[in-house]
Amino acid sequence: MAFADRDRRFRPKLPRRKRWGTAVYAMLVLSILVGIVGLVTLIAQVVVEGAGWLSFGFITNFPSRFPERAGVWAALWGTVWIMGITFLFAVPVGVGAAVYLEEYAPKNRLTRLIELNIANLAGVPSIVYGLLGLAVFISLLGLGRTLLTGGMTMGLLVMPIVIISSREAIRAVPSTYREAAYGLGATRFQVVIGVVLPQAVPGIMTGTILAMSRAIGEAAPMIAIAALTFVTFAPTGPMDRFTVLPIQIYSWVQDPREGFSGLAAAGIIVLLVVLLSMNAIAILIRNKTQTRSEE
Amino acid sequence: MTTKPETSTATDYVLQARNVAVYYGGFRAVKDIDLDIPRHQITALIGPSGSGKSTLLRCFNRMNDLVTGSSVVGKITFNGADIYDHAVDPTEVRSRIGMVFQKPNPFPKSIFANVAFGLKINGFQGDLQEGVERSLKAAALWDDVKDRLHDSAQKLSGGQQQRLCIARALAVEPEVILMDEPASALDPISTLKIEELMRDLSANYTIVIVTHNMQQAARVSDRTAFMTMDEDRAGYLVEIGPTQEMFTNPRNERTEAYITGRFG
Amino acid sequence: MEPTNNMERGPALQASLGRRRKGEITERVAHGLFLAAALVSVATTVGIVLTLFVQSVGFFSEVSPWEFLTGTEWSPILKDENGARHYGVLPLVAGTMLVAVIAAALAIPTGVGIAIFLSEYAPDRVRKVLKPAIEVLAGIPTVVYGYFALTFVTPILRSIFPELIFFNALSAGLVMGLMIVPMISSLSEDAMVAVPRSLRQAAYALGATRFEVALRVVFPAALSGIVASFILAISRAIGETMLVTIAAGATPRMTLNPFESIQTMTAFIVQVSLGEAPRGSLEYNTLFAVGLLLFFMTLVMNVIGSITVRRFRESY
Repeated sequence: MAFADRDRRFRPKLPRRKRWGTAVYAMLVLSILVGIVGLVTLIAQVVVEGAGWLSFGFITNFPSRFPERAGVWAALWGTVWIMGITFLFAVPVGVGAAVYLEEYAPKNRLTRLIELNIANLAGVPSIVYGLLGLAVFISLLGLGRTLLTGGMTMGLLVMPIVIISSREAIRAVPSTYREAAYGLGATRFQVVIGVVLPQAVPGIMTGTILAMSRAIGEAAPMIAIAALTFVTFAPTGPMDRFTVLPIQIYSWVQDPREGFSGLAAAGIIVLLVVLLSMNAIAILIRNKTQTRSEE
Repeated sequence: MTTKPETSTATDYVLQARNVAVYYGGFRAVKDIDLDIPRHQITALIGPSGSGKSTLLRCFNRMNDLVTGSSVVGKITFNGADIYDHAVDPTEVRSRIGMVFQKPNPFPKSIFANVAFGLKINGFQGDLQEGVERSLKAAALWDDVKDRLHDSAQKLSGGQQQRLCIARALAVEPEVILMDEPASALDPISTLKIEELMRDLSANYTIVIVTHNMQQAARVSDRTAFMTMDEDRAGYLVEIGPTQEMFTNPRNERTEAYITGRFG
Repeated sequence: MEPTNNMERGPALQASLGRRRKGEITERVAHGLFLAAALVSVATTVGIVLTLFVQSVGFFSEVSPWEFLTGTEWSPILKDENGARHYGVLPLVAGTMLVAVIAAALAIPTGVGIAIFLSEYAPDRVRKVLKPAIEVLAGIPTVVYGYFALTFVTPILRSIFPELIFFNALSAGLVMGLMIVPMISSLSEDAMVAVPRSLRQAAYALGATRFEVALRVVFPAALSGIVASFILAISRAIGETMLVTIAAGATPRMTLNPFESIQTMTAFIVQVSLGEAPRGSLEYNTLFAVGLLLFFMTLVMNVIGSITVRRFRESY
């Protein structure tokens, strides 16, 4: 055949390469399995250890020396308060920053600096925010180890997430909408408030829920601020001391006495259920707005 | 530019397509293709966009296999052997039938590594240096790059990049080179160089070229096949013949209409 | 500030002068408020840097930076048998790096494997299920990972290696690896998906098999983006707190032995925070010295990581 010469010069060894291909494929599937099995085992361990400790009392009780009487009521309320303050602080400021960067900012050094800064803030370890809160809100401003301090610290921590996702939502608003509004004589502020933000709301909300999910699980900065882990009252105002779910879980994990590890698992179930419902809401919002815009 | 005379003994066909159709999911992209590609000649596929020229071209080295949901029916033989036979590995088909793409697509590696890639994966037994040099010379690129073989291929000009891609295809010593509008992204001078190169290569290789540019088909090819599409948007072959005949005296009125610029 | 937009002038001319001035004031106030919001992020960074520096000054007036950075003994709270305290941070750095290296050893191959699978092998349907499933790992709070390491992974490891200490770097490192897998897999997958299809086609057309296309063309072409994901993930591991506080121990020790109990920089910060150290004490100030070092280590890695990502994006 005409190939005789070529066939002497090349030895493609296809069967061997195919075997290599199969081996590589097996390795890739194995890595997927590591991830999935890790996730499933983690959830199974939590459910198996914690389900028995879940009860109505577990939700409504305060922490106790006796594991069967202990509950997450104080931590749950602490988390709710922290979420509220974080939300009130991070969302207006974060969305405002996003509006500035997308709708107002000139292309100059200051803008570049702000953008770079936000990107880097997103990578600062959360415990460092705790130190910031400790030094600025507690020592310098004398706000104490209170919900207000915790919420503001957490607000700073999640603000980059709010800014980044709000910017994406604002950027996704078609520029024809803006042009149409300007064409009707609207001012820039009117365009932002009347046209851009309403269109961007679903995207901003999904980003906000993402930020809140991050905040709900953070323990490190809250420990630097709240320190105390045994709270037997539900907070009633922003200047109260507090604990949050992750701190409560941490203190139970640390407790070597019989039963407390199970309490920690039960606390984790509560935390994960809250997280899951928040994400479900985010998905719901996305689906609802998608169908609406198609109408 | 020399045009090779149509040989009367053109019974030696490298590639033969019989009753070929290509489906993407439920959509039939081309249908009823009967086409013979004679050895050591340049065959041009012309026709309006959407007529399935590229789709047909990609049947010859089984590149369509990479598109999920695609299927090829009918029979395509390479030196008499059915390339869609179950026993045939598409990898082997592709190492014997090279391809050059519309946009130059060198790997983000050195010039040397680009050419050496095919040699290495196909288990080249000779000297790698020599193999690379021979391929670059065959693609008329050696003099341009011999002093900077280890520079990034992406530093080359568009025309040089495309010749590098041709060298890369030549390195694995294919018998056929499929070219999918190889000059459409290049400037006129680079285009001319590629066309000259194709004429030189046709002494040793069989070339099938898809082109939008009728002048190019006229300048470079020995035979021209004209494709268009039906009401059902499936591309089909209208006629094929010696290039000179096609452009001076087309048999089919649709061909004439396309060539004279009345449609497409 | 000049009104920048000409479009708003036309109708404004017909409006009364008073209304126009009121509109302009609203515009300026709004502009100012939005700018102020954007500057909060700058203030945060300035606040972090100032806080860490100013508070560290107190520390470094009593402990020389040289001793801090090169000392191999760390016992700022408890006195040793000679009644002396030691302020060499290297044991904390060693503990931090040990956990990060173990995490990387698990997460890099796993994360890259997942990325290659999702980008080069998985059909669309499979990808749509697997990708979010893997990303769930990134959304789980770190205190949960700590619980998992302590109550599940450590007991299993101890049944394999009976000499393993209860709080150890190995368990924390492995679970940390699981935690940062999605960071590596999604950033690496982004990098590989960004590699133009034409390169894959060129390789296939030369007779390459699927794994050759994936490993010899796509992987090297995406390498800078993939390496960036390693840097960012390791930086994350260095800054992670709760997992190592719970599972790795509180014993600052210069060791590379994963079976031993260690303490990381972050776990030390938590330990001191829980002790409610009096403000201004040397103990309190060590928090900020360690925090400063932690901040700079992660900052440098994040900057290198994001520059690498940007370079990669520009090349495609």
